[in-house]
Amino acid sequence: MTGYVLGRLFAAVPVLLAVAVFVFLLLSLVPGDPAALIAGDFASPQQVEAVRQALGLDQPLLQRFLSWMGRMLRGDFGLSLFSRIPVSQLIAQRIEPTLILSLMTIVIAVLFAVPLGLVAAYRPKGVVARVTMAGAVLGFSVPVFVVAFALVYTLALGLRWFPVQGYKPLSQGAWAALHSLVLPAISLSFLYIALIARVTRAAVLEVLREDYVRTAHAKGLANRKIVSRHVLSNAAVPIITVIGIGFAALLGGVVVTETVFSIPGLGRLTADSILRRDYPVVQALILLFAGVYVVVNLAVDILYAVFDPRIRY
Amino acid sequence: MKRPNILLAASFAAGFLGAMSPAFAETVLKIRPFGDLKQIDPVITSDYMVRNHGYMVYDTLFSLDEKLAARPQMLETWTTSSDQLTYTFTLRGGLAFSDGKPVTSDDAVASLKRWWQRDGLGQQLAAISDGLTVRDDKTFELKLKRPWGLVIEALSKPSSNVPFIMPKAIAATPADTAITDPTGSGPFIMKKDEWVPGSRVVYVKNPAYKPRQEPASGLAGGKLAKVDRVEWHYIPDAQTALNALQAGEIDIFEEVPPDFLPTLAGNPDIKTMPQDTLGMQMVFRMNTSKPPFDNQKVRQAIRYMIDQEKFARAYVSDPALYKNCPSFFMCSSPYFTDEGWVKPDIEKAKKLIAESGYDGTPVVVLHATESGPTNTFSLVAEQLMRQIGLKVEPQAMDWGTLVGRRSSKEAVDKGGWSLFMSGPTGADMFEPVGHLGLRANCDKAWFGWPCDEQIEKLRGEFAFAADDEQKKKIAGDLQKRAVDYVPYWPAAQLYLVRAVRSDLDGILKAAVPVYWNISRK
Repeated sequence: MTGYVLGRLFAAVPVLLAVAVFVFLLLSLVPGDPAALIAGDFASPQQVEAVRQALGLDQPLLQRFLSWMGRMLRGDFGLSLFSRIPVSQLIAQRIEPTLILSLMTIVIAVLFAVPLGLVAAYRPKGVVARVTMAGAVLGFSVPVFVVAFALVYTLALGLRWFPVQGYKPLSQGAWAALHSLVLPAISLSFLYIALIARVTRAAVLEVLREDYVRTAHAKGLANRKIVSRHVLSNAAVPIITVIGIGFAALLGGVVVTETVFSIPGLGRLTADSILRRDYPVVQALILLFAGVYVVVNLAVDILYAVFDPRIRY
Repeated sequence: MKRPNILLAASFAAGFLGAMSPAFAETVLKIRPFGDLKQIDPVITSDYMVRNHGYMVYDTLFSLDEKLAARPQMLETWTTSSDQLTYTFTLRGGLAFSDGKPVTSDDAVASLKRWWQRDGLGQQLAAISDGLTVRDDKTFELKLKRPWGLVIEALSKPSSNVPFIMPKAIAATPADTAITDPTGSGPFIMKKDEWVPGSRVVYVKNPAYKPRQEPASGLAGGKLAKVDRVEWHYIPDAQTALNALQAGEIDIFEEVPPDFLPTLAGNPDIKTMPQDTLGMQMVFRMNTSKPPFDNQKVRQAIRYMIDQEKFARAYVSDPALYKNCPSFFMCSSPYFTDEGWVKPDIEKAKKLIAESGYDGTPVVVLHATESGPTNTFSLVAEQLMRQIGLKVEPQAMDWGTLVGRRSSKEAVDKGGWSLFMSGPTGADMFEPVGHLGLRANCDKAWFGWPCDEQIEKLRGEFAFAADDEQKKKIAGDLQKRAVDYVPYWPAAQLYLVRAVRSDLDGILKAAVPVYWNISRK
């Protein structure tokens, strides 16, 4: 197993290098000029040029790439072109709310979706199954921002149970941080509940048809034991895959939710940095997201072996 | 066994409650600014958010009061020699930066020398200057090559770039390299460790600040920080900001979209007021260096095409929030004139296009979609241009792409452009010399590069005018020439609105939004 993990981590290095080259070239092709944005709307062309030179943006592409790669290999992500704050500090400021929001969303989703999917598979014609599947369609089709505004209107503006927007950092207390993220996590979890419930139902349905489940029933094993020992562990692979991919996607792609709830997370940092052409920040973020996908995929692969004894590396 | 558990629980609860309640009642003002503070150097950029940040942490030598009159701010006195060639400035006693060091003439001179490398009006002052020197700790002197009537106007400039005074060591930073240290001598101190770009900026009261004794008026007078802490929370979504204001999570909401105003009208906890006293001018900016707008007749057709009422009402329905201002200068400017102005007449516009020899070259519109007024005004412009016979090619983009694209001087079929809409604040469209849209010095002019010797000659003369009467006459002549040449055309004058919680008191009417003098009732 250790060899497998190390091999996978080494294999990630060329992937990350390829991502770095691709992102750098892509950003150099995107129209827009950070120097013009920094100088402001009313700067003269000469002033914009002076800023461009001061930032080194007038240098040839290859020279800029080599200099950036050199710094990256030393672990230096550079400075934001705008705030002149180290990129690593900007990311560190934003990673906490995104990480907690992603974890809360996945926990809520798993807590609801797995039991619902399970029940829906066991009693495919029951009320729970019908409601779950109808709810799943709704969860897929209603945009997150609609759910978000509905929750804000009722639970924040109406009942005043939660704040309308903003994030309280962990330094102000764990309860404050969690409380400020309840509504965004619920809004986001609708989609993931739908997704995980459907996958759980399909995977469990497939396992229920297997001979060993029928044998377990014939042996007179209690339903609870059949579910925990035989059904769930054998149906785990697709469920874990979806949860893993969902978690990775949440870490990098909750721009709308972060915007609606004004949460200073990685999604908004990415969107803002792209809009203002803050190249060092965008490059570092995309590398980070690529790294997250590599690690999450590796974790998912390891979990396969934990849940399914047939899988060994 | 139970006793220790109870004690443990009690001590935990006490600790928890202790952590929940602040050691003292800190007064906090929470603002949703109109934009994000992306950087902190008010000299390198003309970004209005950075200008507003500058007013929090820096002070100025002169400031404009509520009636837009220049008044000394950091200065005790100032004198002019009889030949109008030497200005002597004396700083007030007791001024200090937030790090405790006193403000000296060295700081003022270094700050002005950095500022005048970047600012348009400052550059003119630098060109006419024969030396800016320190006489002693409190006194410095500006010598001119010839009398120039805009010295005080330049030093009291309310909008970008504002001549803020910084410590000499910081002002020594090259003018095209951004400063990173926000130390200033203004009423507030920026808490840089709490700055989260894209989300939050925090300021606390500057204990070293020495306000003037006069009451606050506009940007002038005593700048009293009446709250301990000011927090700018950048909430990108306007609906979320509105919800936050209604829930009392923020106190002030800048640049409220006009369609939200009816929602706020019936709320007794919230009042609305103009964001600044000058408003903004929407600018129809043409690329005069490339077809079709290199053709003066096509540009003259645009004059007749633009009906300010139509443009403004597409964005806002309340007549109090816009003005038809038949002038290149803001209606509130002392240099306002309607001389030579033409009335909108779509038939005349069509006729001029027909006479112009227009060959069907597409008008490439750089259309920024994410900004409220800019988006609406671009849509109206596109429709009207089609109506008068121009071929229009709108290109939707974000503002970041627009500012990159507009520096291109290529033809439209090679990535160039013909038109964009912008909305500079009134303070930047106030008088002929600092007026960005009227600058017509070819390659050195603002994007669009109008090139007209007569306009430049009149702008130059304005700076040397002997008195106000002569200045007004030159402004009138300049307007007549600009109406004929058409370097751009004003598409309306808008007033931005901010919504504030009703329990706030002391919000100042000023040329730009400022946040001292505010307290809770």
